[in-house]
This record gives sequence, structure tokens and C-alpha cells, in this order.
Amino acid sequence: MDFEVLVQLKGEVLDPEGRAIEETLRAQGIDDVAGVFVAKRYVVSFAKDTKNPDKLIQEIAASYLANPVSQTFKVKRLES
Amino acid sequence: MSSRISPSGKLRVGVLQFPGSNCDADCVDTLKRHFEINAVRVWHQEASLPGLDAIIIPGGFSFGDYLRSGALAAHAPIMRDVKQFASRGGSVLGICNGFQILVESQMLPGALLHNTSLSFVCKTVHLREANGTVLKMPIAHGEGRYWIDERGLAEMEDSGLIAYQYSNPLGSISLDFNPNGSVANIAGVMSHNKKILGMMPHPERATDVVMGGSDDGLTVWRSFLGRI
Repeated sequence: MDFEVLVQLKGEVLDPEGRAIEETLRAQGIDDVAGVFVAKRYVVSFAKDTKNPDKLIQEIAASYLANPVSQTFKVKRLES
Repeated sequence: MSSRISPSGKLRVGVLQFPGSNCDADCVDTLKRHFEINAVRVWHQEASLPGLDAIIIPGGFSFGDYLRSGALAAHAPIMRDVKQFASRGGSVLGICNGFQILVESQMLPGALLHNTSLSFVCKTVHLREANGTVLKMPIAHGEGRYWIDERGLAEMEDSGLIAYQYSNPLGSISLDFNPNGSVANIAGVMSHNKKILGMMPHPERATDVVMGGSDDGLTVWRSFLGRI
């Protein structure tokens, strides 16, 4: 089974990549853009007999994929 | 310094090596040539740390800087021993990637993020020490923007944990002399017991005037080694 983990900077932390994209879009005349925030997407696959995968993916996301000091994350189970 | 002296009569300092470390030789050279210290390299897969008086985590690109700089090395088994060493009051210095490993290990507060410019910055900068002394040495990093929330910053300022700030040659601190967007121009921080120091600039690359025009890095080493 597969899980998707999206990791991005907390709202109060400057995201220079998102800011650069946002400014470029505005410079192209797309004035409706209010913000761009970059996230990194991880897909983690577990073996079929994995015990409690929902708990395990939370632990992996919190301990490895995201830095709790500066980032937040969202976990979603992907349909097979 | 420490009362625990190695058999050779010198301090014994371990320099960690991860796949991708590339400043370990400069650290060993500095310790041996300038301080006559018995510097030993410690490969990250060693089952345990040898008896040491201090640990250096050098710069480089550990594990290719995948995930986040320092994030994978922070979970290497040897880091459990480093944390135990530090919890017993041991001295640890993390330089550049070593600093990133220390914050990813949460042995030091804050986080190190992509430079605001999104560019890898490689140049000589000036740093102001907490005592006002200004030092000149190089930086070379893409993820050196120190970040901590306002509350954390206030705690660090109150406790005197900010070791180095980017400045001009006279010690003036402003955004004009901030190479990476670090909050409060922070270039280096210390733990509460002042035994753990992390910094983005490279003191091991500023030990001989003929090599880069500054030996101000020796001031950093002298200060760190004096706290062992």
C-alpha cells in the first residue's frame, strides 16, 4: 500500500522559491495570484503484511520527512 | 582543559566522517598542526565512539544532502553516541553541514533552510562574536539560512546563545551583510551549557594567512577547545 506525504514550510517561514514563482506569475500579468507555496511530495510504499501502516507513516513523516521546527506535513493513503 | 588526556599526553578529538563529508581533513590538519591535538577520524558506521575529549562534525554534503541537508546523517547510528556524549557534558563542534546535522538532531535549536537567494553562496564574510570581536572567514553553503521562531530567538538572546552574527568589517550588523537571510544575521549558535557550537562559516579554512588571507579561524578553535 502506498501513502503520499506532502511536506512544506510553516506559514511563518519565508518560502523564497514560492515567492520567486509568485512574483514571476504577477510579472506575467496574472494578477489574481495571491500566493505560491512549494511542497515536496513523497510516496512511501509498504509491504503487504505491514502492521499498523497508518501509525508507521505518521512516525516516518514526523521523524524523517518533515523537520518539525520549520515544516508541516499531510499524509494521505493512496488508492491502489 | 580536560583532565582526561589521551595516552600520548594530548587531547583526543574525534572528527566524524559521513559519506560526503569533505572538510574532515582540514579539521584534522588544524587540530594537529596548530594545537598539537591527537585528532582521529571516526567513520559513521563505527559501533561506538572511541574515548574522546571532543567531537567535530565537519562540513560537506553528508548522504548527498538528500531529504534536507544533514537530515539523513542526523539519524545515523553514531549520532546516538554523539548525543549521549553531549548529554554527559562533552564538547561538540559542528561546521556547515555539521551545524545542519546538529539542528536536524535537535541538539541545537532552530533550523537551517535554503538561502533566501536560492543560490549557493561561496565567499569570505565577517562575523561578530558575542564579545564584539570581528573575525574574517569563508562560507560555502546553499542551505545556511538560520531560522527560529520569535519566542525561540528571544530565549537565545536572553541566554546568550548566539555565538556569531554576520557583520561588516567593523562589526555592524544589518541586512546588507547577511549572505543568506538568516534571522538576526545568525551565523553560529551554542547550547545552554556552551559545550555544543554550530556555525555555518568555516574556521578550518581560515587558519593560515597564506591560504585565504585570514587566520581568524584559529580564534574560533581556541575558544572551542578552551571550553572542553
